[in-house]
Amino acid sequence: MGKRDRLSGNEAIAIALRQINPDVFPAFPITPSTEIPQYFASFVANGQVDTEFIPVESEHSSMSAAIGASAAGARSLTATSSCGLAYMWEELYIAASNRLPLALALVNRALSGPININCDHSDSMGARDAGWIQIYAENNQEAYDNMVQAFRISEHKDVRLPIMICQDGFITSHAVENMELLEDEQVKEFVGEYEPENYLLNPDCPMAVGPYSITDYYMEAKRNQAEGMKHVEEVVLKVAREFAEISGREYGLFEAYCMEDAEYAVVMLGSAAGTTKDAIDALRAQGEKAGLLKLRLYRPFPAEAIAEALSGVKAVAVMDRAEGYTNHGGPLGADVMSALYRARSKALAVNYIYGLGGRDVRVEDMEGVFAVLKQIARDGDAGETYRYLGIRE
Amino acid sequence: MSNLTEIRWHGRGGQGAKTAALLLADVAFQTGKYVQGFPEYGPERMGAPITAYNRISDTQIRVHSNIYDPQYVVVVDESLLEAVDVTSGLKKDGAILINTSRPKEEIIPHLKGYEGKVYTIDAHKVSMAAMGKYFPNTPLLAAIVKVAEVMDEDTFLREMRASFSHKFASKPEVIDGNMEALKMALEEVR
Amino acid sequence: MATDITKLGVKATWRDLTEGMVIAGAGTSKDFNTGEWSTDKPVFIEEKCKQCLLCTPVCPDSCIPVKDGKRGEFDYEHCKGCGICVKACPFNAITMEGVE
Repeated sequence: MGKRDRLSGNEAIAIALRQINPDVFPAFPITPSTEIPQYFASFVANGQVDTEFIPVESEHSSMSAAIGASAAGARSLTATSSCGLAYMWEELYIAASNRLPLALALVNRALSGPININCDHSDSMGARDAGWIQIYAENNQEAYDNMVQAFRISEHKDVRLPIMICQDGFITSHAVENMELLEDEQVKEFVGEYEPENYLLNPDCPMAVGPYSITDYYMEAKRNQAEGMKHVEEVVLKVAREFAEISGREYGLFEAYCMEDAEYAVVMLGSAAGTTKDAIDALRAQGEKAGLLKLRLYRPFPAEAIAEALSGVKAVAVMDRAEGYTNHGGPLGADVMSALYRARSKALAVNYIYGLGGRDVRVEDMEGVFAVLKQIARDGDAGETYRYLGIRE
Repeated sequence: MSNLTEIRWHGRGGQGAKTAALLLADVAFQTGKYVQGFPEYGPERMGAPITAYNRISDTQIRVHSNIYDPQYVVVVDESLLEAVDVTSGLKKDGAILINTSRPKEEIIPHLKGYEGKVYTIDAHKVSMAAMGKYFPNTPLLAAIVKVAEVMDEDTFLREMRASFSHKFASKPEVIDGNMEALKMALEEVR
Repeated sequence: MATDITKLGVKATWRDLTEGMVIAGAGTSKDFNTGEWSTDKPVFIEEKCKQCLLCTPVCPDSCIPVKDGKRGEFDYEHCKGCGICVKACPFNAITMEGVE
């Protein structure tokens, strides 16, 4: 069924895109996502895809072109990182508010400054309220699998929202790892044809996209947009079930690792989750009840399911690979803590800022976090809830 | 985590340490292993010290951190012995492989008291003899495969020929030289 | 499928709006009586008109219909009373209160 291979995360995404064979791919290069359009351009040159590949002059333009193509009725996407995403800011909101299905392969990288090319989540976290679906990957396999599922979620008639498929810059994008690829035909059949109901290039029914909304309409328009988001969880799970049938790999809104009887849990996104699993295995061998909740879907935020998954824990550490500058922690911390509050959770929660600008996260670091959680549970007091992991004091 | 082998490469930008790590991952993958091959990235600067890593295992590799306590270290450029703490965390039951033309006895005093095995190879000599140009990574790749017992030599040479045929599809004339460098290196490492 | 714009008045609930505020189907602006916005009305004095048709292309709201090479009466459903046609007419064949 699957084809065993070893690829970098960027190669894996590029191959998924070749198999999807999208209609339009406008792109502007930025480290560490550059390889995605680079590999894809070779597929275009080799005639392996039918895609209109548009080298544009900026990320502002790449997202604009992707939006235009989607409005015209094409399946479109682009790729970027860091400042490139920042430069797309206004277009991100336009894509979402116009309810245009399209994909963005995001390779997470720190935002300047200080200028830095390595991984953290400050780029996508800044865009978390733009109305995009956001899905994160632990490894190359997940990045590939999420990309294959992306258009099915984004184009679903109850959703029709743009989707950001995130992976950690360099840590997965430039690391060669084992993975299993689907056959080209399987992907083609799974993704299917994009058949929009209305589109600009439909001569039988021309349309207007992105009209001005006066105050009388704007708020209703935003509420209408929120309705699409409400369907995302259900569609993500449905698409994941169908994906499991062809791949044998199961996905949910999140992965609960050793959570059945966990007393201490870590909540996080991205590649450090794999490192945390190794820490948990080591702790479990010593009888410690440690667990991990690795979020896959971050926007919309599956608050109820997360609170339910954490309902049995005594202490939880929410790991943010981005600062929030709220003086209280990062964005994931705020989201998880409010989910716990609404569920009237008794768990003691702390929020760690970690891994900024590519700062390495070791198994020992995560073992240290669990040791802190154990102490917090023993003390019955979370103490300072806004913490930095591995900072030189 | 059974049979996990961790290898750290120290090189200078432009010497191909990253490529060597990726080729090692490639060839280990071909023998059915789980692999990781990744560089530690910074601004690309020719000549600056760089680090690359390999994990090779019989089971899935989940950890995504750098390697701090490797079984093996490869030093692509001898001058790094002064600039970088190359034996940091290196396990005593492991080994260090150094590209140098000097005898081992002259190198050992620079290893900060490392008690494990020390191997050397003159990658410059091998590379010039086999390829007429200095590409230290090809001989070092063969040498570390032998030192770390990643696979048997015949399998290695067979897989590398296939790999080079793919990698150098547009310039097949360099394949024989690279293969010769690998074979020489397997003999020369000591 | 074309959007039913009759459902898009200011009383429309969020559920009544189209996804992404898309308006499918061309020419829907005809259905909006923007003529009610005008405070001035142009008056066409047919006997002074030489049918030069200089007024037609300058109208921002396409409210001066032409048939068989001759202009007809103003489309007051959509005329906002801007008075540009008055300025364009060389023969004083259009007048407007407050506009010379």
